[in-house]
Amino acid sequence: MEDVILEYIRDEYLDEDDDDEEVELDSSTPIISSGIVDSFSMVSLKRFLEKKYSISIPDEEASAEAFDTVASIVQLVQRHQGDA
Amino acid sequence: MAYPSAIKQAYGAQLAEIRQRGLLKEERYIHSPQAANIDVEYPAGADLKSVTNLCANNYLGLSSHPEVIQAAHKALDERGYGLSSVRFICGTQDIHRQLEAALTEFLGTEDTILFPSCMDANAGVFEAFLGPEDVIISDRLVHASIVDGIRLCKAVTDTYKHANMKHLAQKLEEHADKRIRLIVTDGVFSMDGDLPPLDEICALAEKHDAMVFVDDSHSTGFMGKTGRGTHEHFGVFGKIDVITTTLGKALGGAAGGCVSGRKEVVELCRQRARPYLFSNTMAPPLVAGALKVLDILSGSTERRDKLEENTKFWRNGLTEAGFVTKKGDSPIVPVMLYNAKLSQDIARDLFNEGIYVIGFFFPVVPQGQARIRTQLSAGHDIPLLEEALAAFKRVGEKYGILGLDKKGIIEKYGM
Repeated sequence: MEDVILEYIRDEYLDEDDDDEEVELDSSTPIISSGIVDSFSMVSLKRFLEKKYSISIPDEEASAEAFDTVASIVQLVQRHQGDA
Repeated sequence: MAYPSAIKQAYGAQLAEIRQRGLLKEERYIHSPQAANIDVEYPAGADLKSVTNLCANNYLGLSSHPEVIQAAHKALDERGYGLSSVRFICGTQDIHRQLEAALTEFLGTEDTILFPSCMDANAGVFEAFLGPEDVIISDRLVHASIVDGIRLCKAVTDTYKHANMKHLAQKLEEHADKRIRLIVTDGVFSMDGDLPPLDEICALAEKHDAMVFVDDSHSTGFMGKTGRGTHEHFGVFGKIDVITTTLGKALGGAAGGCVSGRKEVVELCRQRARPYLFSNTMAPPLVAGALKVLDILSGSTERRDKLEENTKFWRNGLTEAGFVTKKGDSPIVPVMLYNAKLSQDIARDLFNEGIYVIGFFFPVVPQGQARIRTQLSAGHDIPLLEEALAAFKRVGEKYGILGLDKKGIIEKYGM
């Protein structure tokens, strides 16, 4: 799951023809507080997770903190998968 | 009244941190009108120095134009200094409506509403005509004022990679279920000086039934053959649903902004946009000055033609000298230095050489993207720019960066 989400973030948020190829990204990299994903773009990440893992994440849980690292996103997704 | 010492100290610590990180913005005192050459007191208390200004938004050199000044004087005498009112109480003179009509004509739209600034226009416009059933899809590098305006609006937000049409198309498809899809972009991006492909954006909007919003603050008055803006430049004049722009840059540089576009959107702004409803009307001298500017520009393209010529000369000159610049057609030409300290050091040395420019670095531009942003004006001429170029070359040589590419500069100075 971690790799799938990392790949999505690379594709969706890093710009291949700009200078983003130098950005290091792993499961503990802060993605929101570091500015890789801005708050306006979080909606697409949330939508991706919901579709991909057939879950529904309530808006109040889709906080900048909960989405800040891929590790914390994985936890969030797994918790909701457990609910289903 | 309550200002405990702990709070005072906390603020002091924040300011000290800004200073210590080298991010403190200091203002330089100018003792002359805005122009190609200005008299600057810097640092504070120093003797005045006459320098060539390469960092103003005075693209058409109209900020201190005698006819504009005269028109403002006349309005000051005939219509007064201020109106002490918002527009809808007793702050609308005939000249306010005249200026709105003149902007509508100039921009090729259906109607226009004035705001105290384009910052205010952008802060108020989205909330006025979009709701939770709509989506705003914005370029990731849009101006800070648009970001603030979007935050105040209840529409769903999404973004696309800078000027990336494939990504935008994908986003438009993803949001096919929304009532309104609004594509939001700058006409010229203020830090890089590049233009998004507005013709392709309009084609995508047509295909996906979306509206188009453009902030043309860094293009109104000079982009396009008759200076109408980026919509003229890209052959989509009359097709943009909402344009915001400023009177504070090329159009005289005093103050004021507007939303121009679909009649109903403009009228909704008049009824609902909070920065419009709750701030003072534009002062009569500024309104009359802007009317004169539009009159001058409608009569002749001489100024925008000269700006284009200056821009070509400057872009070619910097590139041939061996500086790294960003590509684009606009009079915003960033000289890339990547390292924040290097950008400050070079700006300081250029000032000593009689050239006024500013180093831009994080958080104004992304980390590792420090630069000196140069801006051309129709007020410049080629001999003046030749001298400025010679100064840039001397300083570039001193730091050994001429002919180095991005990698070379970063190897030498770090990011």
